[in-house]
Amino acid sequence: MDIQEYFSLVFSDYTLRTITLGTAILGAVTGMLGSFAVLRKQSLLGDAISHAALPGIALAFLFTGAKDSNTLLLGALVSGLLGTFWIRGIITKTHLKSDTALGLILSLFFGFGMLLLTFIQKQPNANQAGLDKYLFGQAATLVESDVWLMAGVTAICLIVLLLFWKEFKILLFDKDYALTLGFNTKTIDILITSFIVLAIVLGLQTVGVVLMSAMLLAPAAAARQWTNSLSKMVFLSAVFGAFSGVFGTAVSASQDNLSTGPVIVIIAAIFVGVSFIFSPIRGLLFKQLRVIKNRRDLQLHKTLAFMYHIAETHEDISHPHEIKILNNFQGYTKGTLKKLVEKDYVILKGSTWSLTQKGFKSASNLYNQLTSSNE
Amino acid sequence: MKQHIAVQIDDLTVAYDYKPVLWDIDLEIPEGVLMAIVGPNGAGKSTLIKAVLGILKPIAGSVSIYGKSYDKQRSLVAYVPQKGSVDWDFPTTALDVVMMGTYGSLGWIKRPRQKQKKAALEALEKVGMLPFKNRQISQLSGGQQQRVFLARALVQDASIYFMDEPFQGVDATTEIAIINILKELRKAGKTVVVVHHDLQTVPEYFDWVTFLNVKKIATGPVKDIFNDDNLTKTYGINYKVSIQE
Repeated sequence: MDIQEYFSLVFSDYTLRTITLGTAILGAVTGMLGSFAVLRKQSLLGDAISHAALPGIALAFLFTGAKDSNTLLLGALVSGLLGTFWIRGIITKTHLKSDTALGLILSLFFGFGMLLLTFIQKQPNANQAGLDKYLFGQAATLVESDVWLMAGVTAICLIVLLLFWKEFKILLFDKDYALTLGFNTKTIDILITSFIVLAIVLGLQTVGVVLMSAMLLAPAAAARQWTNSLSKMVFLSAVFGAFSGVFGTAVSASQDNLSTGPVIVIIAAIFVGVSFIFSPIRGLLFKQLRVIKNRRDLQLHKTLAFMYHIAETHEDISHPHEIKILNNFQGYTKGTLKKLVEKDYVILKGSTWSLTQKGFKSASNLYNQLTSSNE
Repeated sequence: MKQHIAVQIDDLTVAYDYKPVLWDIDLEIPEGVLMAIVGPNGAGKSTLIKAVLGILKPIAGSVSIYGKSYDKQRSLVAYVPQKGSVDWDFPTTALDVVMMGTYGSLGWIKRPRQKQKKAALEALEKVGMLPFKNRQISQLSGGQQQRVFLARALVQDASIYFMDEPFQGVDATTEIAIINILKELRKAGKTVVVVHHDLQTVPEYFDWVTFLNVKKIATGPVKDIFNDDNLTKTYGINYKVSIQE
């Protein structure tokens, strides 16, 4: 199946439609919430939460013996939340920095989870197979009820986001100030964090413990490059996330042996790369172009100012001067001279140059501007 | 004439770990003063403001604003945090930051409307930042960012203003603009409390001063208590400052 075939099948084929919808919704909700994680400089939190969820999955299986995704994800949710609040506890109660707390909880929970997984696999119970799919995710296991669950959580998340938009924004920007205004910042904080945990847990089945944090961060990092408005950033991040989900599913469905989770993450990374380079405001390419243009403009203005000083000493401002004298001036190049001629500021005659009226006027204005802005 | 007490602090003690940052502070701030809090680094100046505003929990002591607890009097108090306390690369505009000043009176869930926007624009106008209202905040200079913070507090239309080093890292133009606004606030009967570092400008800018170094050293009118004796007690070295008469 090639990509074209995929897009013609996606609306008719039940399995394909379910998986595509699932990954799209997942991408949207994680992208949306990822913006908050990124702006709070809690990028690593997502990674810690997803790893912390693993022992929950294993324990849920051990206690209930059930293998349906809802039971296991409930376990993941509990253990993810536990890990998150431990991290918060460590940060507030000890002198450890947040990266240490995150790393500690991440490896501790993940290690414990792996231990449980190997224990389960040694059990003589045929039912145990398949738990390890939560490590890297398996989008093919998504069924309609999973998608409904995702849609439900996304809808609730959206409503909460719209209701508490102003509270979220002020908490993200200036927590202490929000507190003095009478907002219970702890409540808002817990609300945001809980939704982040929820979104991550929902994605474990599809993308897996190891790669889940990329779903949270990549769309947000990409979106930040394109806008300076929080609402647009959250919206764009959701769109990027959804597209990553759809394209990722499309690519992995159209090739054999490409698992969906990693492909989605790679597509999201491509969004990031393109955004870093090509976004007009913050992108590297346009930034570099602006730097070059500014430098050229400055060189041009400096050369013009230098000429102005020479011309000023003569009664006739258009008195011709040797081009050679410009060689002593650092900003001067043949290119700048050519530009000045193009702009009608300078006339070249043989080996001499002279300022035009227009050039003189512009240079004197320039000079006044420069000196007045220095004051 | 008996002055009202705007802020009353009793026995306030704050500690981060074991070491107290503020020890047994008793302080009365009269209504309508423009007061500087001075003291060396680590003297607890910012901590004092944060404890009064409930950002930090004190170990002991109480604070009252016009005779009632701060929780009940929130709407009377505005806060200008240190400029460095937030991430200025946050995706938002100058106007949007100033609008945040209206969030307190709006309360939970309610969105700012035309009325709040108008108030925010007026505050931007007062600090001379109206032309920059749609500017992304990272594109503002340090002085401009400080003015935006000031405008955000002005929008709260409070009676008491607490400001944490509003003159830090701003150029002379902004410093003059800010102090003029503070003096206007005083003229309007507001109480303004400023954590301040530049001792030279204390007599010129302020009419009230508190010397702080973990303990309160002295508090009162600048003309009475701003002297070498108190400066030496506060800063621990033999301090000589020529006070302009």
